[in-house]
Amino acid sequence: MKEILLLKDGEIVLKGLNRRAFEDVLKRNIRTALRGTGEYEVTSAQSTIYVKPLGDDCDLDEASERIGRVFGLVSYSRAAMCEEKTMESVLATAPVYLAKQLKKAKTFKVEAKRSDKKFPCKSPEICREAGGEILRHFPHLRVDVHNPDVTVYVEIRDFGAYVHADPLRGAGGIPVGTGGKAVILISGGIDSPVAAYMMAKRGIKLTAVHFASPPYTSQRAEDKVVKLLRKVSRYAGSMRMITVPFTAIQEKLRDDCPEELFTIIMRRLMMQISERIAKQYDCAALITGESLGQVASQTIGALGCTDEAADMVVFRPLIGMDKQEIIDISYRIDTYETSIEPYEDCCTVFTPKHPRTKPILKFVKEAQERARFEPLVEEALQNLKITYINPED
Amino acid sequence: MHYLDNSATTMVSPEAAKKALEMMTEVFANPSSLHAFGIRAEAEVEAARKAVAAQLGCSDEEILFTSGGTEANNLALFGVAEARKRRCRKIVVSSVEHSSVIEAAKKLENDGFTVVYVAPRADGIIHPEDVAAAVGDDTSLVSVMRVNNETGAVMPVADIFEEVRDVNPDVICHTDAVQAFGKLECKVKKLGADLLTVSAHKVHAPKGCGALYIKKGVRLVPRQYGGEQQKKRRPGTEAAQTIAAFGVACEQFDIRANAAYVRQLNDYAKEKLLAIEGVVLNSPADALPYVLNITAGRVRSETMLHHLEKREIYLSSGSACAKGKPSHVLSAMGYDKDRADSALRVSFSKYNTKEDIDALAEGIAIGLRTLAHA
Repeated sequence: MKEILLLKDGEIVLKGLNRRAFEDVLKRNIRTALRGTGEYEVTSAQSTIYVKPLGDDCDLDEASERIGRVFGLVSYSRAAMCEEKTMESVLATAPVYLAKQLKKAKTFKVEAKRSDKKFPCKSPEICREAGGEILRHFPHLRVDVHNPDVTVYVEIRDFGAYVHADPLRGAGGIPVGTGGKAVILISGGIDSPVAAYMMAKRGIKLTAVHFASPPYTSQRAEDKVVKLLRKVSRYAGSMRMITVPFTAIQEKLRDDCPEELFTIIMRRLMMQISERIAKQYDCAALITGESLGQVASQTIGALGCTDEAADMVVFRPLIGMDKQEIIDISYRIDTYETSIEPYEDCCTVFTPKHPRTKPILKFVKEAQERARFEPLVEEALQNLKITYINPED
Repeated sequence: MHYLDNSATTMVSPEAAKKALEMMTEVFANPSSLHAFGIRAEAEVEAARKAVAAQLGCSDEEILFTSGGTEANNLALFGVAEARKRRCRKIVVSSVEHSSVIEAAKKLENDGFTVVYVAPRADGIIHPEDVAAAVGDDTSLVSVMRVNNETGAVMPVADIFEEVRDVNPDVICHTDAVQAFGKLECKVKKLGADLLTVSAHKVHAPKGCGALYIKKGVRLVPRQYGGEQQKKRRPGTEAAQTIAAFGVACEQFDIRANAAYVRQLNDYAKEKLLAIEGVVLNSPADALPYVLNITAGRVRSETMLHHLEKREIYLSSGSACAKGKPSHVLSAMGYDKDRADSALRVSFSKYNTKEDIDALAEGIAIGLRTLAHA
């Protein structure tokens, strides 16, 4: 039996005149996500995207799992394509295709969607006939229109008739790439991958910036970030990861700045460097995984000092979340176990014993200016390393 | 030489051997060492993990390397039984499993667990309803092999696991896929397996390496304690040379082409061998073509085996791990003792040719004429 994936657009149906453009991006993202699982024809009509396998070697299990991670879809179904757009064909298809689910269920109902108004049977008639046919095949079933174990959907559309069971929930959000581009600052902890995921969900195409301080940090710490970004890219699509050589800057920080301001000045420098990179790569915002009050550098005062370092808008999607809420998401997107691998990252090098929780911007700026980081920042920007991240690697 | 004992072990492919040598003489660092040299060795181990994962259609994080199939099977049985013993004290295995499952099950029985052994029907196949009938609320694990090592019988594990879960959705489903890996598609999602065992030396890689697929979220109590390797589930320095060679062997799989070729060999072997007076077929008709189990007259297996070895023809009487004990698999299929006592297992690989089969047919024919019958 030939199968097809029917995908329902999410928020983009609200986009009015820009809808076509949004849908084109969504289709492109779907094609990219399906790469390596077979050949498909991806078309759209009536706020549904049709993903039709071409040939028999498509891995639909994998394809449907990947579709579940594409932003911009509210729900999706794996459906059988009826041989012909006739009532007979629908009746022949439904009990066979859904046999497994129906055998296990106790109650069911049929729901018909007849968007092709030329189809001779009206919706209630379709339901009645299909329901009757299913009961003939599975006499143990009862019809329950309020709370059925299985709902059998019959969709009569312009291109054909389809049969499927309850749709699966899509990833929601809006298509990656329709919300502009931004830089995510990523360390390798639990928070930044979650922040990246959350902003990608709002349509942002990501460029990742990572700060490496060898020999204080190891290659494994950088590899861990690559691994994390690969997991994020299953949702956010492929992206660039830019590694900033940060050793000289951190050593200068240790030598020339007051200890209690190490972290705050370091974070300001990270913002400044990231902003420069963002401009270079046409990104309009920065994203961080900061959550208010989580650590000394994430108090209102500290965030104020960090924020002042960059002119660009800074997105902090985790700002009001508890650690456990963040961890829950990291489990869901499968980054948690990688995040907790124990390697030193740039944020844990030279941490002060007593960081200032209420830094005064004026003093912070003075200390930073006195140390003269500009030449080192320029040098770091000259020596960026670029790694391309793809979900399939 | 006519090597027809590929279910016992296989020749290491030249490419896999080359990788092992390279790992031992050049990339010999400890994969856990912090330095760059260690990272290089680790990268080789991780590449192999990906290669195994690709064949099983799972994430590389779900692959745990072991010292072989036996360790993986033991870890699956003891690991799950231990982890779930507070609520569930029953496990269900088929009666034709490899000894590394059967003996582990017996040990659990000794330790107070209830073990149900499900026998195959006369067709040599374990039937889903028979397994499901043995499963209850107190069952922690079901273990049914993908392909039987003595007869090549292909077990319907996907259907078995599905019916098992209809009875109790919490049962952990394990399949020993040692004889199927590289020969038959073993995608864990299609099979519905939570745990799956493979071994390197059956697929043209060196001995001393295997892997257990552990579905994300399935909890096992480790069998050994030590360092941080493999997320502490199987501590101990990874056998990087064997693992890397295993990865290379996996990349060389060509399941479809090899199956077609071996199917031809198997058909040819059936035609030649069954034409000999006194030779009968023990393998099920639709068995995996890589294994052909026959009984040759009433000459004891071992006698025939030693007769053939003089002609440089090498095969087994049954499982090599059983070391000559009468086959529990053939008995379970309902064959009488005489038939099991004279059974021979011919097992092929892509490296075999028709000449090997001609030599075998001639050898058996001569054996049947000249050797004393029991």
